[in-house]
Amino acid sequence: MKLQTTHVLGCAAMLLASQSIAAQGTFDRSKPPELGPPPRVALPPIITRQLPNGLKLLIVEQHELPLADFVLVVGSGSTADPTGKPGIANLTSQMLREGTTTRKSLEIADQIAFLGINLSPNSSWESSTLSLHTPTAQLDSALALFADVALHPSFPANEFDRIKKTRLTELLQLRDQGPAIANLAFPAIVYGSSHPYGLPSIGTEASVQSLTPADLQAYYQTNFKPNNSTLIIVGDVNPAQIEQKINSLFGSWQRGDVQPLNYGEPAKAAATTIYLIDKPGAAQSSFRIGSVGVPRSTKDYFALTVMNTILGGSFTSRLNQNLRENRGYTYGAGSRFDMRRQAGPFLASAEIVTAKSDSALIEFMKELNGIRQTVPPAELSRAKRYLQLQLPGNFETTQEIAAALVPVALYGLPLDYYNNYVQNIENVNQADVARVAQQYINPGSLAVVIVGDRKTIEQGLKAVNVGPISVRDITGQPIQ
Amino acid sequence: MKRKHAIVAICYLMLGVVATLSAGAQATPRIKFEKYKLPNGLEVILHEDHSTPIVAVDTWYHVGSGDEQVGRTGFAHLFEHIMFMGSQNVPVGAFDQMLEAAGADNNGSTTEDRTNYYETLPSNALALALWLDADRMGFLLPTMDLAKVNLQRDVVKNERRQRVDNQPYGRADETILAVLYPKSHPYSWPVIGSMTDLSAASLADVQNFFRTYYAPNNATLTIAGDFDPATVKKMVAQYFGSIPRGPEVKRRLTVPAVTIPRDTFLVLEDKVQLPRVFYTWHSVKGFSPDDAALDILAQVVANDKNSRLYKKLVYELQTAQNVRAFQDGSRLDGKFQIDVTPKPGQKVADIDRVVQAEIANVINNGITQRELQRAQNLYKASFLNRLASVLGKAEVLNSYNYFVGNPDYVQQDAARYDRVTAADVQRVARTYLGRPKIVLTVVPEGKKEMMLTASGGGR
Repeated sequence: MKLQTTHVLGCAAMLLASQSIAAQGTFDRSKPPELGPPPRVALPPIITRQLPNGLKLLIVEQHELPLADFVLVVGSGSTADPTGKPGIANLTSQMLREGTTTRKSLEIADQIAFLGINLSPNSSWESSTLSLHTPTAQLDSALALFADVALHPSFPANEFDRIKKTRLTELLQLRDQGPAIANLAFPAIVYGSSHPYGLPSIGTEASVQSLTPADLQAYYQTNFKPNNSTLIIVGDVNPAQIEQKINSLFGSWQRGDVQPLNYGEPAKAAATTIYLIDKPGAAQSSFRIGSVGVPRSTKDYFALTVMNTILGGSFTSRLNQNLRENRGYTYGAGSRFDMRRQAGPFLASAEIVTAKSDSALIEFMKELNGIRQTVPPAELSRAKRYLQLQLPGNFETTQEIAAALVPVALYGLPLDYYNNYVQNIENVNQADVARVAQQYINPGSLAVVIVGDRKTIEQGLKAVNVGPISVRDITGQPIQ
Repeated sequence: MKRKHAIVAICYLMLGVVATLSAGAQATPRIKFEKYKLPNGLEVILHEDHSTPIVAVDTWYHVGSGDEQVGRTGFAHLFEHIMFMGSQNVPVGAFDQMLEAAGADNNGSTTEDRTNYYETLPSNALALALWLDADRMGFLLPTMDLAKVNLQRDVVKNERRQRVDNQPYGRADETILAVLYPKSHPYSWPVIGSMTDLSAASLADVQNFFRTYYAPNNATLTIAGDFDPATVKKMVAQYFGSIPRGPEVKRRLTVPAVTIPRDTFLVLEDKVQLPRVFYTWHSVKGFSPDDAALDILAQVVANDKNSRLYKKLVYELQTAQNVRAFQDGSRLDGKFQIDVTPKPGQKVADIDRVVQAEIANVINNGITQRELQRAQNLYKASFLNRLASVLGKAEVLNSYNYFVGNPDYVQQDAARYDRVTAADVQRVARTYLGRPKIVLTVVPEGKKEMMLTASGGGR
């Protein structure tokens, strides 16, 4: 039951209010306190090592609590799913905990619970990760289990059969959730089926049905290679000792060639179109509005980060202020650039009360147009401060530090990336923000995906007149 | 990442640990703190931690949805939203704008028992957080108007839509509470409230609620992180000291008796593909003698691949998609719940037979030492994890201060779980899961015949 509040502006009233009430108590309450300079932040040094087999190590010491985090980042994810078989990377990750050459599924679960650790495999578009969070009292046992799960998965047929049935049921249950339908349909529409970002990383009913343990084994053998991986280590550890332990556990992992991927082309952007997916009786309409965005390697990273913070990246951002705090149409609205190896999507999103779907669309379009105009200096300054001053808070716990290092490992960011972050944000000016907004947000060629109660919202959406309405099924495909 | 005197580790003996692995060797650290009270009744708890140059300010008001009046459910949470709408010296919108410009994260939350407001921010901005929090504690009403209330009413209604009405199985909870507890019981309605009651909330309600509950003598201000205590005490006195004490708040100490004479079967239609069965027993309040054993029981029954129900239904038979269990011990009362979702084509009656058999097995034959140890070790690790951030520590201090009257309780709390025996778990299973229960089946629209009934049912 979270949440907050706010309205924007009302400047004249502000001044009056603050002048008329001076001191309550013994000091002048009407003036906010003067703050001293922000603390200088020395982000923890990152120690780098490489094993002879090519496995890179990033080690950060943090001795506050007897805890340690390990993240094995394998540089292949769902984009490496073989053609026609979406879901393999995701299910391969999930199967890591389902049996190794020496441990059965239930034994692995028993040890995880007995050691009081988290051991979580995951996959994203560009990577597969295995994360370990452990009290250091259990370090040796936890690391042995971690290495076994990472290096010796056996993909047992009976376990995979169970995992498949569970996944097929999950795919069925997705139909219950408007937001989940929107999250799958949006990329399918923006990228089309010839680009991996347009395919469902969780698989389709047909692909999941067709997969065999041999498919996962092949995916694993091709991609899980030390020279394609980085191991992030953060916490109450001694770097020299931990390197030795890792060497003894991961040293025999055999290197192998991992071919670079050929991504193909995303679908060509159409003129702005509303893609309407019917969810009869839905209390809210799920809005996903956007287009193909930028890769993580973009030179405009910092300008885009600042621009998006103003548009929809913080509580006081324009989308949230307008749609939530000024109009009450939603519990929260926002936007983001999902940056990957290739250009990931830009999208603005919110869950909107059904009756205000048309009004919300007007406001969304207003903000997506408005951000292309010059941003007032005070708003720019607030966004920059927000990004700069929040940085130390992202390096408080071992888990946070490890998470911050994942993009360093995956996208080859320089080791001093976070040390230069504040200055790089500082360098962004009004002209930069306007330029990237105009370059990357094109109100004339957006995919407006809305999942909601069609009979209630269709006429109103049509009347907003931002583009034609194309009615789609829950996978984003045209309904014949 | 320097460490000064943030945490003092104190070891204590672990009894009964089977030493086949090294689990269980980790002591739960103590949190060093200072607690004092201002003349106006505001409790202050300070905890220094200089490892990162940030500080958490975490204010707990001792009021929650359990304090609401009939016809005004959801009001404590709606009020929480209104607390971000500015106050006498903070114009509408400025609260969040000023905090964001200072690099802060901030939010609030409401439960049945309490409401919290927090900021985590760079240590140079601590005064800003205190100034803002003092202004809304002391001077919320002068600029309060119906427009603020109406705006947040709309936002909260959308929060309800997002969490409840547009969420599969989202209305199960409120359906169960209304039957589990008598109408006069403070936990018989959901924290989010009903749409009708949210519509009825008035400006006068906001004013009365503020005057009744939002006084310094009904709040605890916890500050954890990188600060100088002498400076902070001066700031706290300056910003909060002159806020007048409010009327004494009569905190409710008892609740109406809960009696469920026989198993009660309910059905709720929802926009879902699969039915889900919720079993709910009346249990005990948090920190009461059987609370920890019930937490352990929940772990043993579900939540892990080796747990009784998960292993049988999801892993072996594969007739269920998922099964969960938890003990919910709040300040005044508690419940124990299991929910299970059958796989497509499976009958709830068949699932139910397995659920009943597995519960009976725990009641009749108890649990193994290994099952107990796994659950205890998970709890032990979770205590450590809660102390990783300054906000986490502020919440831990506030929580123990409110619920057991002593912020310095993390080790005693951890020890509760270490003391639980296999016999305790068997006993609480017999005592509480042997009682009559509420059984709700959420079914796909138009499929009421799928519900579980006393005679089985569930076609």
